[in-house]
Amino acid sequence: MSALDTSTYRQREESITYQAESAGMGETHELLTLNIGPHHPATHGVLRLLTTMEGEVIRDVKPIIGYVHTGIEKTAEQKAYWKVIPVIERMDYLSYYFNAMAFCGAVEDLLEVEVPERAQYLRVIHLELDRIMSHMVWLGTSALDLGAISMFWYCFRERETILDLFEMSSGQRMHTRYFQVGGVIEDIPRGFVAKVKQFCNEMPTRADQYADMLEKNQIVLERLRGTCAMSAEELLKFGVTGPLLRAAGNPWDLRKAAPYSSYDKFDFKIPVGTVGDNYDRYRVRHAEIYESVKIIEQAIDGLPEGPYITPDRKVALPPRHELATSMEALIHHFKLVTEGFRVPPGEAYHAIEGPRGELGCFVRADGSGKPARVHMRDPSFTHLQALAPMVKDAYLADMIATLAMLDPILGGIDR
Amino acid sequence: MPDATGLELIAHELREANEGSILQTEFRHRRAVLEVAPEHVPAVLQQLHDKGYTFLASLHGVDYYPEEPRLGVLYELMDMHEVDRISVKARVSTQAPRIPTATGLFPGANFPEREVYDMFGVVFDGHPDMRRILMPEDFEGFPQRRDFPVGGEPVLFTYNEETGYGKYQ
Amino acid sequence: MEIKRETVDPSDFRVRQLNARDMLRGDLVGEELDKFVEQSVMTTTLEKAVSWSQGNSIYPMTFGLACCAIEMMSIVGMRVDIARFGWEAFRASPRQADLLILSGRVSVKMAPVIRRIYDQMLEPKWAISMGACCSSMGVFNNYALVPSDKFMPIDVHVPGCPPRPEALMHGILRLRDKIQGHPPDGWRERYDAVGTEEVLTPEQQRRSAQDPAINVFPGGDTAGA
Repeated sequence: MSALDTSTYRQREESITYQAESAGMGETHELLTLNIGPHHPATHGVLRLLTTMEGEVIRDVKPIIGYVHTGIEKTAEQKAYWKVIPVIERMDYLSYYFNAMAFCGAVEDLLEVEVPERAQYLRVIHLELDRIMSHMVWLGTSALDLGAISMFWYCFRERETILDLFEMSSGQRMHTRYFQVGGVIEDIPRGFVAKVKQFCNEMPTRADQYADMLEKNQIVLERLRGTCAMSAEELLKFGVTGPLLRAAGNPWDLRKAAPYSSYDKFDFKIPVGTVGDNYDRYRVRHAEIYESVKIIEQAIDGLPEGPYITPDRKVALPPRHELATSMEALIHHFKLVTEGFRVPPGEAYHAIEGPRGELGCFVRADGSGKPARVHMRDPSFTHLQALAPMVKDAYLADMIATLAMLDPILGGIDR
Repeated sequence: MPDATGLELIAHELREANEGSILQTEFRHRRAVLEVAPEHVPAVLQQLHDKGYTFLASLHGVDYYPEEPRLGVLYELMDMHEVDRISVKARVSTQAPRIPTATGLFPGANFPEREVYDMFGVVFDGHPDMRRILMPEDFEGFPQRRDFPVGGEPVLFTYNEETGYGKYQ
Repeated sequence: MEIKRETVDPSDFRVRQLNARDMLRGDLVGEELDKFVEQSVMTTTLEKAVSWSQGNSIYPMTFGLACCAIEMMSIVGMRVDIARFGWEAFRASPRQADLLILSGRVSVKMAPVIRRIYDQMLEPKWAISMGACCSSMGVFNNYALVPSDKFMPIDVHVPGCPPRPEALMHGILRLRDKIQGHPPDGWRERYDAVGTEEVLTPEQQRRSAQDPAINVFPGGDTAGA
């Protein structure tokens, strides 16, 4: 049998029973409660897990969250709509473009403004770059958890390249405030297209290198294969979407099912797993990198000309050169900068496919310039509920690997 | 989203099944909302589940201050086969903030219901673990209600240095 | 012509220079010799050497809270490489670390945990407050956050949201200067603006002592854990 055949290894382990045996003095085995506290070296943020274990086997895990609760939703109610965007971006701090996209999508639904096509393509490019960047951080930190420490540096090298692209288009590396209601804040500069194309040429080779480093390693395979699998029906009951659901075999992706922002114009595939164990989750996310690169290439090749933000001056700032000639432009600019646009009363829920799953934003408008309620439906929040049944009766080391493959982002969980 | 007529058909069926459950329907911005009386929420959710809306996308609370009843809980359901979304809204007042839980039907409602309790004070009857989830356990008050102050540190300027730290929102 | 005599502080460099000249000639005796040896050997050489080596081998603690943590992880990356300064050994246990880089927003629930971890660190220890959220309240001025000055002494605040890795590096190098005994001049010294400080009236001083917006614990005041 090959070294990759892990079933005999597991059988040997499982033959050890955990029945309570009398040790002659009437002792019984006890369950140990271990607090994997809010500060722990697995860099997934401040998550506290109260694990009840029997030896090394986990019988129950209770996640306790709230250690980075920032009151983002309450703060967002105090700010004008366009000022909410920087606040809401800081929720899920690895997918900041997605947070802004969900919110802008909800407000655009309420206002019924059309986003011009160039803006949609630019949004898609930045969203997919953000998806790759989020997967890079996930891969680097997950490999760090498993013990493959050098992956961290390779993945962060790619991340630096992507952040250079973000800095080129918007001036900021993270939390760029690039997406605005109605489009994007600024057109891309000269040289951006060339740099993106260069990145798209390099990225698939780099992703192949990461696969080579990890996938033939016996330790990685034994830790990931066959551990903590969960079927798609179970996951759906918990509300899990995204790469976790796709690894379990259900090809659900909002980019294909309910396309938004011109995703239906691009040709890409959805990687789907079979068993739903940790190895499939890793492979699905890794394969998504190639698909995202394909989307970026198509978007950058087919980038249409046109405005980069809606021409509706009641929602978007007029271009600066108009302020010198047109009185109306001046008045619009003044109104938008001081008070902001008003949204007629209504409620909207806009969901997009983030790197972790369905990222939704609920906005309730009451007719004033500030939203009355902003709620972000974060995928990691719902995925954390599925952690307990996933790791039941698995080893502690399997739980660490599962937590890494779950890709929780505590900023999104706690908001 | 089911269009306006589809929504009315669904509402009609649900009204026939349960008396007095659907209070009103709303269809705006391509979004279908069924407003439901709080005590009928599990039955309505079960019937929508049987109709195909098997996925609970989001469960969140809204404070409709100053309209009464003030606290609303929204259930965003999705039909994955037809790619259809429908929302169910239940409104309760602060005097009697109780709604039966949806965790029996959707285990994924566990954490969101705790969050609604923590932030708004709506108690879900039958929830296995009704505790605060985001704020510390001994926190008093429900932060995301509209009449709860935003709080924060006062910003100190020269003009309010002598007289005190001034009002902040 | 009047001759004014004033006693100079013995650690004044001119006095030290004269003492050094006398020692080389063999003229420095008795108490002055003892004092000279004390000063030049203990204060000058040993302490400086110790603090030089401390500053070059800090073990930071992994304390990533939120978005700033990702930028802190990228100073470990290769572009802005913290290993150039010898600080790459991030330790997870507070007993082994001497620098706490608070990166991210500190919520009400997390503040006692951070304080406990800071107390568990062994002296000498330093703290960097990275980012706007823990230095001040940052983008979010609301009920859920605590500025880090309120519960622990901070040595260097690094502004930014999130600060670029280069900005964090600048803050780290400032901390290293502080550790090694030559703290950088404040901006007033650098820009020749000494004398522009706002002087509070006695009434303001009394009021700000009574009810400060920000409590700062004096350094070294740690209830051991």
